[in-house]
Amino acid sequence: MKRTVPLFITFFVGTLLIVSVFLPPVQSMGENFTLFFDIIAVFAFFLGGGNLVRIHLDKVSRRKKDWGYSLVTLFGFFLVLASGLFKIGNAGGIAASVTASGSWFQTIFERVMNPLSSTMYALLAFYVASASYRAFRAKNREATILLIAAFVILLGRTPFGTMITAWIPDSLSALQVPNMAIWIMSSPNLAGQRAIMIGIGLGVVSMSLRVLLGIERTYLGEDKG
Amino acid sequence: MFGIMAISFSDIGVALTLAAIGGGLVWLTIRSVKGREVPRRLIFAFVFVAVSLPVLFPITFKERMTPTVKAVFDKIESLPPGSRVLMSFDFDPAMAPEVQPMADAYMRHCLSKGHRVVFMSLWATGQALMTTSLDRVVRREFSQKVNGVDYAVIGYKAGNEGVLNVIVTDIRKMFPTDVNTVPLDSLPIFDGVRSCKDFDLVLTTGGGYPGAKEWVLFVGDPGNVPIASGVAAVTAPLLYPYYPRQILGILGGIKGAAEYEHELVNRYPQFADTPAPGLRMMGPQTLAHLVIMAFIIIGNITYFRSRKKEPV
Amino acid sequence: MRRSTIIVLFAVVVLFAVSWFAKASAYNGVQEDYILRGFLVTISAFLTLAVLSFLYADNPFYKFAEHLFVGISAAFWMCMGFWSTIVGNLIPRISSSLSASFKVPYIPSEYVGPFPINWVFFIPVIFGLLLLMRLSSKLGWISRWSLAFIVGTTAGLNFVRYMRSDFIEQISSTFVPLLVEWRGIGSFISDFNLNIAGQFVVMLANWVIFLGVVCGLIYFFFSKEHTGLTGRASRFGIWVLMVTFGASFGYTVMGRVSLLVGRLTFLFSDWLGLIKQ
Repeated sequence: MKRTVPLFITFFVGTLLIVSVFLPPVQSMGENFTLFFDIIAVFAFFLGGGNLVRIHLDKVSRRKKDWGYSLVTLFGFFLVLASGLFKIGNAGGIAASVTASGSWFQTIFERVMNPLSSTMYALLAFYVASASYRAFRAKNREATILLIAAFVILLGRTPFGTMITAWIPDSLSALQVPNMAIWIMSSPNLAGQRAIMIGIGLGVVSMSLRVLLGIERTYLGEDKG
Repeated sequence: MFGIMAISFSDIGVALTLAAIGGGLVWLTIRSVKGREVPRRLIFAFVFVAVSLPVLFPITFKERMTPTVKAVFDKIESLPPGSRVLMSFDFDPAMAPEVQPMADAYMRHCLSKGHRVVFMSLWATGQALMTTSLDRVVRREFSQKVNGVDYAVIGYKAGNEGVLNVIVTDIRKMFPTDVNTVPLDSLPIFDGVRSCKDFDLVLTTGGGYPGAKEWVLFVGDPGNVPIASGVAAVTAPLLYPYYPRQILGILGGIKGAAEYEHELVNRYPQFADTPAPGLRMMGPQTLAHLVIMAFIIIGNITYFRSRKKEPV
Repeated sequence: MRRSTIIVLFAVVVLFAVSWFAKASAYNGVQEDYILRGFLVTISAFLTLAVLSFLYADNPFYKFAEHLFVGISAAFWMCMGFWSTIVGNLIPRISSSLSASFKVPYIPSEYVGPFPINWVFFIPVIFGLLLLMRLSSKLGWISRWSLAFIVGTTAGLNFVRYMRSDFIEQISSTFVPLLVEWRGIGSFISDFNLNIAGQFVVMLANWVIFLGVVCGLIYFFFSKEHTGLTGRASRFGIWVLMVTFGASFGYTVMGRVSLLVGRLTFLFSDWLGLIKQ
């Protein structure tokens, strides 16, 4: 039950979805199974939320280190949950979009979640700058190539790059920095990304096959059943 | 040589900005060459100032479209008025400063051309950001456009590529209604639309998973639907293998957005006074790039000097 | 609580109040709900600063912001999933009365079967509930059935698509013409230029694409020792990959800087009112 049933489910669902690409009569079933997948994905959101509440409630009830911050998490969680599920402040009522302008849910998104999320990633600008100063060294030939490519792109993707090489005549326009950046992106970058893409593509295809045939079972956990 | 630059704010402010950044870099170089360590927080403070000053005293530039941007612009231009465009908001606030200007520019361009646009999202956060874009662009600048006729908002569905796998053959199965629970069958914009294949163009804006790649794999290639993308800079290099056969054009990062905004104002002068965040951000962006390049150079000078001094 | 902490906390509360008052005054007469708007802009600004304060050191304000973000995000995705997919796709297919309650149009069954409802749509409900069993320590194992469904679907969906778009299409796109507009060696030499759209630059690009992909793949091929011709090809492959990584680095810098510019623009325009958007 613990291993055979899941292996059968994986094989059945996966095979059906592959067959549905080739056999139009099975296409509707394939669509339905994908729709099931989408609905289960929402239950995964619920699982994530439930797990978060469980962990933080446990932290609060046991007065673990920094339990006060767990209260903040729980406050934010339940505030948004209530605002979203009951569509508080939503002018259109239950039938209107949950993200309607002016609703609590949308306002909290715009005024709290948006600044928090974007600033967390904006921090990376500082770390990238710091790393450029401390770690980005032309230690060998490969690192130098990487550095030169990065330089051309950094300069070529700004109007400053256009300004400093605008004097180069048309017959040598490939030497203008923005054009060099374009050439790097659409030639060596394309080649490198494509080599990686083909490798990953083959990896995904072979892994999918291993999963469907039950050779790859790590997703089932460790115990034997 | 400086013809493409138009200083739009007080020259004193701009001069102050350039002097502060230049002076800081010289000081940093001298200190580094002397072998004195520069504290991490000082670097952070310098980056903060170097980006803040050009935000406060903007320098704006003229932009020229690169081929990947031009391909998208020309495609939207070449479609006859009334064409159906599906536009997907697949991003979150962490990408919004780069990607939302593209989304807004796409909206302005499509609606000005008279295309009919359907808005959807594969990211939950995308629907909320879509609301802000709709308020800012569609409801303010195109108030004569009618919801359900000229545009429709079908919003977010969970399931990533699972959503795409269904809408490539049957859009109503995944989206029975729009975001306000109005059945798609009662919206004139969906007359004759069964799947993504009935759209003349798909515009994806995003930069993570799911995003432009999934649109190519699950809609563009199997459905033979033209896909154009506007993506965060981090994702743009990864999409080049699809260009131009599988993705007809790519707007990469804020530079892509700025190029698009500039061309939009060129061709549609009515947008001359509308906000152009992409163009506005290119000033600070340019100076930040130069600062980071200077950091790399200073770091390498220090490295090679210290290597020379080390006994072999 | 240490005295310094109390002083900082007090200062932040005072600054918050001042900012709220100033913003509300600025909005007064311009916007409705000016007090609420002033509060919301102040909240956004202080949360932005709280996250930025991490650059100095980890501190209680950053931790507060971080924990708030986690709670809000989880609930946000749950609500969106509930309204878009559970109410939007599931309920209309399994219950007419629930559909009426949520004011979504009911979708009658496509199938002729023993039940008047679209019974197959109870399958994801069952799998979804089984997935939630993961929260139970005793029945957690049963969630593997749902996990198997998810893994099977992903494998099934990806198998064909990756094969077509990321393998076959990519190989096919790599066979580019190595001689472009070729009219003989004499013409090539006499017309030689470095124009970005010129014959030589385009040909060079195609050579780099073709050899770059082949050599890049050779670099990733570990079943043969990288010596001799294979070694040289592999080395060229590394160089191409290094250019790729350099380009990615350049674009990453660009992206991260944009986010910072976005946040600073918010602080200087929406909050401090120093610039106009």
